[in-house]
Amino acid sequence: MIPGAFDGETVTRRRLMVLGANGAGAVAAAAFLLPALGFALGPVFEEHKVPWQPVGPVEDFDDTSYVPVTFTIVDGIGEAGKTLAYVRKRNPKIDTDKLPKGFEFEEFIAISTRCMHLGCPVHYVDAAQRFICPCHGGVYDFRGFVVGGPPVRPLDRFYTRVRLGQLELGPRYSVNSELDRFSPRDPGEPLDGIGQYLYPSRPSVRKLNTGQP
Amino acid sequence: MPKLKLPTPPKILNPRPTRPGNGPKPTPLDNAKEAGATVVDWLDERTSLAGPARWLMFRKVPRGTNWFYTLGSATLFAFLNQAVTGVFLAMYYDPSPTHAYESARYITNEAFLGEFVRGMHKWGSTVMVILVFLHMGRTFFFGAYKYPRELNWIIGVVLLILTMTMSFTGYLLPFDQRSYWATIVGVNINGTGPLVGPYLSDFLRAGPEFGATTLSRFYAIHMLLVPGAIVALIGAHLYLVTKLGTTAPPWLKAEQESELREERA
Repeated sequence: MIPGAFDGETVTRRRLMVLGANGAGAVAAAAFLLPALGFALGPVFEEHKVPWQPVGPVEDFDDTSYVPVTFTIVDGIGEAGKTLAYVRKRNPKIDTDKLPKGFEFEEFIAISTRCMHLGCPVHYVDAAQRFICPCHGGVYDFRGFVVGGPPVRPLDRFYTRVRLGQLELGPRYSVNSELDRFSPRDPGEPLDGIGQYLYPSRPSVRKLNTGQP
Repeated sequence: MPKLKLPTPPKILNPRPTRPGNGPKPTPLDNAKEAGATVVDWLDERTSLAGPARWLMFRKVPRGTNWFYTLGSATLFAFLNQAVTGVFLAMYYDPSPTHAYESARYITNEAFLGEFVRGMHKWGSTVMVILVFLHMGRTFFFGAYKYPRELNWIIGVVLLILTMTMSFTGYLLPFDQRSYWATIVGVNINGTGPLVGPYLSDFLRAGPEFGATTLSRFYAIHMLLVPGAIVALIGAHLYLVTKLGTTAPPWLKAEQESELREERA
């Protein structure tokens, strides 16, 4: 028998009152905490679509050197939303990798300037045929493979297609050292071996399944 | 030997206090002299805060207390400097990607004393980080983290992490080239944590790329979320310091009462 309880009572009225008041408080707190938390976490689960953007007539690009093009990846934030890509035609003598299913007709390669160490902007040095990162000394060869410094995977690329004689760039994708394509990962995340599982694809951005329809 | 009775001093040397209500009326000057005491009395009668205030301000400190013991207060004042200058910087600053740089430039070049206040905030942040580490070093080398002060050490470490969060989020706000790329690098370092890293980066950026709301998100964390947590934890930190007292420096041996020494012998 609980002290202070009536005969046969298993929960005293005082205890019920305490539980009720605390429970009501918890519900009230959850009513503003959970929506606020969801509001802050929402963008993690929201898919971010990138539109195709024309960057110039196809005649502007050849298969021996890169042409830098500027285009917008994030709208509404002015200069900060623009990025640079280095574009060239596929060269069968150099680009021996097999194109994946759905992308067999890709003719161009667009290399992202985001360094795969920690995301600084690389620039292409024509004389050396290398991409060089100013921050921590990452060096990539003509095809974007790492040849020196701390980067963990080859430079990311953008999907390309041709519309009405214009070359268009689409979303970014990441590659491992075999040039297998993955949904865009952040810099510093290796994709060889166990890497692709340690750094999983994010719901906010997915890879394309087909290229030019 | 019987003591002689002392002679009564003349009345002029020993004036009797006037009975309440009988004396001359207090002049406005007398009232003004009493104003401070009156206000404090009025407050204390209604709050009983004089006791806690005395408990907080007038405490005993161990022998050997020296200048190293002022590092905590110094850190507190560095934080207060950040809080006050930050509030006034917020009056001019605009956390939108298209206007942030321009508003920071306006503060530095146009606003009266703007360069000074911004400088106080910028250099003050570095000073605060240095002081936090010196304070931590003092606590460590003096052994002041030991029982019963472990909880205060833990709170201090959380405050250190929050200070670093402030430095990281504040670095983006001028929105120049250095801030932008340093934030890209910082967010990507977060992203290299296995499994959770990619989601943490998305959370910090509010999306897969540095976007329209990244700056305002950093601004909200920098001026609302973290400062609130820091103020609350500083309160807890100071409460524990007052409650537990400070430690003597390690080079002082504990002194025993002479009676106790004799008893043991």
